[in-house]
Amino acid sequence: MNRSGLSLVFAVLGGLVLLFIIAPLAGIFLKTTPVQFFETVRDKDVTASILLTLSISLFTTLFFAIGAIPLAYLLARKNFRGKNLVQSLIDLPIVIPHSAAGIAILGLVSRDSFLGKAASTVGIDFVGHPLGIGLAMAFVSVPFLIQSARTGFEQVPVRLEKAALTLGASTWGSFKSISMPLAKRSIISGMIMMFSRGLSEFGAVVIIAYYPMVTPVLIWDRFNSFGLKYARPVAAVFLLVCLLFFIVLRILANKTSHDQDRKHI
Amino acid sequence: MIRIENISKQFTSFNLSQVSFEISEGEYVVLLGDSGSGKSVLLEILSGLIKPDQGNIYLNDNDLANVPIRKRPFGIVFQDLALFPHLTVYDNLAFPLKNRDIPNADINLKIHEVAEKLEIIPILSRYTDGLSGGEKQRVALARTLATEPACLLLDEPLSALDARIRKEIKAVLRNLNRGGQTIIHVTHDYQEALSLATRIGIMEQGRLIRYGPALEVLMNPMSPFMASFTGIRNFIRVTLRKDLCDGRIKAWTEQNIPLIFQTDKIHGQGYLVVPEESVFLSLEPVETSAANQLHGIITDIIPAIHGFEVIIDVGFPLHSLLTADGIDRLSIKPGDPVYASFKASALRYINLQVK
Repeated sequence: MNRSGLSLVFAVLGGLVLLFIIAPLAGIFLKTTPVQFFETVRDKDVTASILLTLSISLFTTLFFAIGAIPLAYLLARKNFRGKNLVQSLIDLPIVIPHSAAGIAILGLVSRDSFLGKAASTVGIDFVGHPLGIGLAMAFVSVPFLIQSARTGFEQVPVRLEKAALTLGASTWGSFKSISMPLAKRSIISGMIMMFSRGLSEFGAVVIIAYYPMVTPVLIWDRFNSFGLKYARPVAAVFLLVCLLFFIVLRILANKTSHDQDRKHI
Repeated sequence: MIRIENISKQFTSFNLSQVSFEISEGEYVVLLGDSGSGKSVLLEILSGLIKPDQGNIYLNDNDLANVPIRKRPFGIVFQDLALFPHLTVYDNLAFPLKNRDIPNADINLKIHEVAEKLEIIPILSRYTDGLSGGEKQRVALARTLATEPACLLLDEPLSALDARIRKEIKAVLRNLNRGGQTIIHVTHDYQEALSLATRIGIMEQGRLIRYGPALEVLMNPMSPFMASFTGIRNFIRVTLRKDLCDGRIKAWTEQNIPLIFQTDKIHGQGYLVVPEESVFLSLEPVETSAANQLHGIITDIIPAIHGFEVIIDVGFPLHSLLTADGIDRLSIKPGDPVYASFKASALRYINLQVK
């Protein structure tokens, strides 16, 4: 088979996979009438749920970044005993069933657990609480941030950090002024991935909190209680919001990177 | 005065062993060595990036052992320059000054002072990625000089530059040194060393095997390794002894080939330097004033800057430098037999100090 023939075969096979991804998503929008769509947008339960989902995922991403970025840096720069084990543990939440992840988190934060008891002394019950939902979202989404940030730090030449030290910077100064800005693109990309993954989490969240209802749970609830006809418009609105957020964040991230690249020319 | 005493560092596949030398203020020291000889590691030890297993570094009798990297009075310019790509040239230069909590107005003054010295004022607002090799090198030097280091450490500063820019940066380095800047420069290029150094150190497998005034070190290589760094092609191990046939003291190679040279010594061991431009070739034995004439087979003919380098197997490899015209006239090619002649007065004997 010549090269153009092979390219054609690959294009057809790849096109089928692409169609498989696009068709169901397009179907949601095509089968939702404008009236249904706008009624759903005006539905206070839906808007409250979407706002809750967005805010928990955003807060969770920002909060966990405080620990995830330093961990990513350590994994990129240091060799230590058990490093491979740590890396495998970080990837674990991605590969286990998310319902199992929810059960694991529930074990950690339930009322009879150590953390649950400690939180209850200050009046917080993680189960059925946005904090619990945030923990469930973080459990399954933080690996995306860690891995992306780690790749970013690995791409920063160690030599630049050494140079910073010889030029009078402290190790924190070198991290803040050299490593972080140069790994910024990967870190932001990882944060977008974590945020997006948190938004879409259902399996782990539903075990921690049915109420307050994050949108994936609301879609499931509408489907279970009223059927596909009532679940689909919520899914369409949520998909559109997620898509918009994703696009806006990507544009902002690319703009930051582009500005940085342009400065280099 | 910088004093380096018995610096040693052990790595899994390499050791730096007992390196000691002294540098007076304003000297230009070049450390010559192959890659892997330990010269770059030594610079990183001096800058504080690597902690030695043993040994001390003194600046004017002050031990620097416990001085942290950021407070070391030495400034290093890495081989790859390590310019910060996300900062402008101005901000690269400002980086070390901001780390020293210098007021902004003084930072601006200092940057313009070093930028003027290195002639980079027109590029201060540019980012480093788009700069030429020479401009980058100047920026890296300026950034380190902004810290006013007691000693400038340069790791192969000219190796990545083309010939024209190399000449330009050499002039910059010479000017800095003339201005009183003490410099330690590591390289594998002896011509670079010859054109810049006041003192030269030769490093081999983690050891400083020779250290002294530049010309003295380059003119008197004490081993084939050192000779290879000084551009000497014919560096022949010999033993001096009397030729029983004619009673003359001759230098006998390891292949027991006698070579005649001018000496007042009657015995000893050492090396004979035969300048390759002094070796001339002929197709037949010829009667000339040259005292040495050896028969051999040409093994290779390699183009060189000023003609061709011909390698002849006369029992040992002998190098001869010929012009293109000379090659044409003799019509020689690898495999041809030739006679190589050289005068006794052209040879230089280096006596080996036998301990």
